[in-house]
Amino acid sequence: MNEPKIHVKDFDFFYGASKVLHGISMDIPDRQVTALIGPSGCGKSTFVRSINRMNDIIPDARGTGTILIDGKNVYGRDTDVVALRRRVGMVFQKSNPFPKSIFENVAYGLRINGGGSKREMAEIVERSLRRAALWEEVKDRLHSSAFALSGGQQQRLCIARALAVDPEILLMDEPASALDPIATTKIEELIYELKSNYTIVIVTHNMQQAARVSDKTAFFMMGRLVELGDTKTMFMTPKEKMTEDYVTGRFG
Amino acid sequence: MQRHFDRDIEEIKQLLLRMGGLVEQQMMDSVRALLDRNSDLAQLVIERDSEIDQMELLIDQKTIELMAVMQPAASDLRFVATIMKITPELERIADLAQDVCERAIELNREPQLKPLSQLPLLADNAQKMVRESLDSFVRGDVELARSVIRHDDVVDQLTEDSFRSLLTYMLENPRNISSAIRLTFIGKYFERMADGATNICEMVVYLVEGKMIKHTHMQ
Repeated sequence: MNEPKIHVKDFDFFYGASKVLHGISMDIPDRQVTALIGPSGCGKSTFVRSINRMNDIIPDARGTGTILIDGKNVYGRDTDVVALRRRVGMVFQKSNPFPKSIFENVAYGLRINGGGSKREMAEIVERSLRRAALWEEVKDRLHSSAFALSGGQQQRLCIARALAVDPEILLMDEPASALDPIATTKIEELIYELKSNYTIVIVTHNMQQAARVSDKTAFFMMGRLVELGDTKTMFMTPKEKMTEDYVTGRFG
Repeated sequence: MQRHFDRDIEEIKQLLLRMGGLVEQQMMDSVRALLDRNSDLAQLVIERDSEIDQMELLIDQKTIELMAVMQPAASDLRFVATIMKITPELERIADLAQDVCERAIELNREPQLKPLSQLPLLADNAQKMVRESLDSFVRGDVELARSVIRHDDVVDQLTEDSFRSLLTYMLENPRNISSAIRLTFIGKYFERMADGATNICEMVVYLVEGKMIKHTHMQ
């Protein structure tokens, strides 16, 4: 096992006075898929948003403890948050394309980061759309509105947009929960393809999805990390009773 | 929380236990048919085997349906895997009881070879192992399962002893050979029933502890 891509140690998180994450410690391996599962309100989304400091925009929210990416503290004083979010891309539950063309959606991150020549931009857009397994479906209509795409295509467009700035880590918060089974399968296949180049952390309510796409699974409950292990072990022989109850649907 | 799934699991469990009960009955009757030289009873055992075959098909079908619909995980998954492994073991044990009866009918056409030496003791031990393997499954009792697995060595030894004494009959008088060979087969059948019980117990340990001890307990 190589050095973990993300190392988390004793991480707490608060919304005002309420503590929503309690002493999370875990290693997230490089170029693998780590799934975060757990009931609603267990803190998995808060945790994943802590990795690229998406929670910073929420007033009164603060984290304590350590999150290191390649050994560098995400919450360090000298951390450039914009640069951090370029390295750590994010895809949300509800696809959120900009009201622009397909091309401009993907090129957006490049433009705000200084852009490039027309040719470079076109190359990067094509490469990103190819990596997001969308190119063949949209190559003839790159300049039509992103809203004309189906839900599944929009989600893959958001993935292409995230990939365009060449991130190292992709955070996905319920990326397929609003999609039909076919679009879901496409996203899952894509995740499988992407993990050879990216470290992926995916939050999902769908346990079968976690079982299918991830190498490691972390089970959260009430703001605590209950168990982290190889996905196969977590779904065959979990160590903790709480994990067992959750993955068998006995929970509650 | 009571789940719909628990009712399905319970139903399959009950089917398996009913199958187990039938298999035990078949074993018992095969021993009686052998010892009492009762060809009618032997014939009955042979005819009843198809009932057990039908139960195997039914349990397989229910279990596969459950997998398709419920996508079981953790202990549910291990339960389903255990059922899929235990059912054919039971079916095989029943087939062996049928084999005992076929040999018993053949033996009854020949003069009786006395005594049957260790065969009744061997049959007793094999029956006990099968009964206890099912008990260990019902109760999730890994202690009992492990003790059954250990007992397999005793049955192996009894099989060997039985073979040796039958060999002396064959050496004594060549006219004994035909019967003695059939009895040697029967000894082997009981030994294999005990092997089936051992396999069931290994799955019980997997079900409860998540550990696959197959092929490792000898080390």
